[in-house]
Amino acid sequence: MNSVKKRRRAVVDPSACVACGCCVKVCPLQAIEVVRGITAQVRQEKCVGCGKCARECPASVIVIREVEA
Amino acid sequence: MRKHWYDNLWIVSLLYLLLGFFNILFAWLGLLCFFIPLFIAVAGGTKGYCNRYCGRGQLFSLLGGRFGLSRRRDIPGWMKSKAFRYGFLVFFFAMFFLMLWNTYLVFAGAQDLGQAVTLLWTFRLPWNWAYHGTLFHPGVAQFAFGFYSVMLTSTVLGLITMVLFKPRSWCVYCPMGTMTQLICRAKNGRA
Repeated sequence: MNSVKKRRRAVVDPSACVACGCCVKVCPLQAIEVVRGITAQVRQEKCVGCGKCARECPASVIVIREVEA
Repeated sequence: MRKHWYDNLWIVSLLYLLLGFFNILFAWLGLLCFFIPLFIAVAGGTKGYCNRYCGRGQLFSLLGGRFGLSRRRDIPGWMKSKAFRYGFLVFFFAMFFLMLWNTYLVFAGAQDLGQAVTLLWTFRLPWNWAYHGTLFHPGVAQFAFGFYSVMLTSTVLGLITMVLFKPRSWCVYCPMGTMTQLICRAKNGRA
């Protein structure tokens, strides 16, 4: 039986991110931040993959992916 | 999510647009939306203005989000491409300098004051009701008309893309946002 635990996480495409910070405002866990005005970055240890940031992102550059925990 | 004082700056943006209907000289206040983001980017190396204080973004967020005036679809790929964003920045600034040139012509006495607001760089709307003379040179009013045209045009574009795509779609191609991101890149290196 496969016992690998999977968790959902937000993943940002840094090359397309406009660093507007819309995602930061909606994140209930403060798990995403805009780093040095260039791109948003997800704090992997905090993110639970709820998808609020992905829905809010005006450029739609955030996706929710399943990653191995 | 904790509310901060700056989460209410959409009121200032709305007030700014309304004031332009009563006295065009209030348009000068809009320069704050140019200098504050630039100052934060140059001095602090962040997009703090976009991230926290942009009242226009908050206004779109409110209208498109809470008021549901947005289809909430993905913005087309070309609109978030670097080519479009940088192209729009260049176009926007070309139009901005054209506006400054017109202001200069009025200051130099080579052109009369045009009491009109130009929407989408094309449509001249009579706006004489908002002009009651100025203590200063007519050129001061010419700049106000020109600057208010820039602000109103970008608001209208932002509202259109808010309805068609996501609430803050304007942020994707906002010239100030693009410019401050470029400044942050230059300052901080490619993170």
